Amino acid sequence: MNSLFSHLSLGANVFSVIQQQDFDHTELYQRLHSTAVDTATGNTGAIVTFTGLVRDFNQSGDIDGIVLEHYPGMTEKALFELVEEAVSRFALTSAGAVHRVGRILNNEQIVWVGAAAPHRQAAFDAACFLMDMLKQSVPLWKKEFKGDSEHWVETKASDDKAALKWMKKR
Amino acid sequence: MQITVKTFAQTREVCEEPELLLTLSPNASIADAIALLKSRSAKWGLALESHVLTACNQQLCDQQTALSAGDELAIFPPVTGG
Repeated sequence: MNSLFSHLSLGANVFSVIQQQDFDHTELYQRLHSTAVDTATGNTGAIVTFTGLVRDFNQSGDIDGIVLEHYPGMTEKALFELVEEAVSRFALTSAGAVHRVGRILNNEQIVWVGAAAPHRQAAFDAACFLMDMLKQSVPLWKKEFKGDSEHWVETKASDDKAALKWMKKR
Repeated sequence: MQITVKTFAQTREVCEEPELLLTLSPNASIADAIALLKSRSAKWGLALESHVLTACNQQLCDQQTALSAGDELAIFPPVTGG
C-alpha cells in the first residue's frame, strides 16, 4: 500500500503532514514532545492535542463517510505556514498538524493538531487557533457520501465566526 | 500573456474543467480572468455564480491582484476541512 499519498513538511520545531492513511496518535505525541524538549529543554510545561473524527450523521441524516479533496502543493504549504504562525503567535516550543485526504469512513480520524508551550493557556489557545484557522485557510473540501449518493459540505457560519475571533484578537 | 487555471471541488464539478490555459491581456487582474471565464461557457457561468476563493501561485489573494505570465490561478469554493 505504498501508493498512498503522504507529504511531510518539517521545520526546526514544526511539522505538518497531508496523507491518505490513518495516523498514530502516540507517534505524533512523541514527535511533538521530543521536538519540544530539543527546542526548549526544561521549558515545556504543557502539551495539548486535538483529534477530529468523522461522525456518522449530519443535518440531513446518516452518512457512510466523507471524501476529502485537496489542492496538491498549496494544501501542504498552507497547513505548514499555519503551524509556523501558531508557533510564533503563541511562543510554542513545538507544534504539528496532520490532515487526512481521500476517502474516510465514519468514526475514523480526520485531523490532529498538537501544541507544546511553557504554560497550558498558550497550548490550549494554539490548538484552538490551529483548528479554527485550518477550517478557514487550508484548501480542503469535504464531500459526504451514503451509498452512491454524495454531496459537498457547506461552510458553517459558526466556523467563520470562530476564525474571525483570532483575526481580531492580536 | 498566458496563465494556468486550476479548479477544485464544486467549482471543478460544475465548470467541468480541472485545468486550462487562459490567454489574457498584459496586466490583467484575477477579476479580469474571472470575467473572461464567466463568458467562456454556460457551465463556467454557473460555476462562478457561487462565492469562490482565488489563489495565485498557491497563495490566497483577492480578485484585485494583478496576474503575470505563467501564473497559476486556482478557483475554488470556501474551504471545509477540519
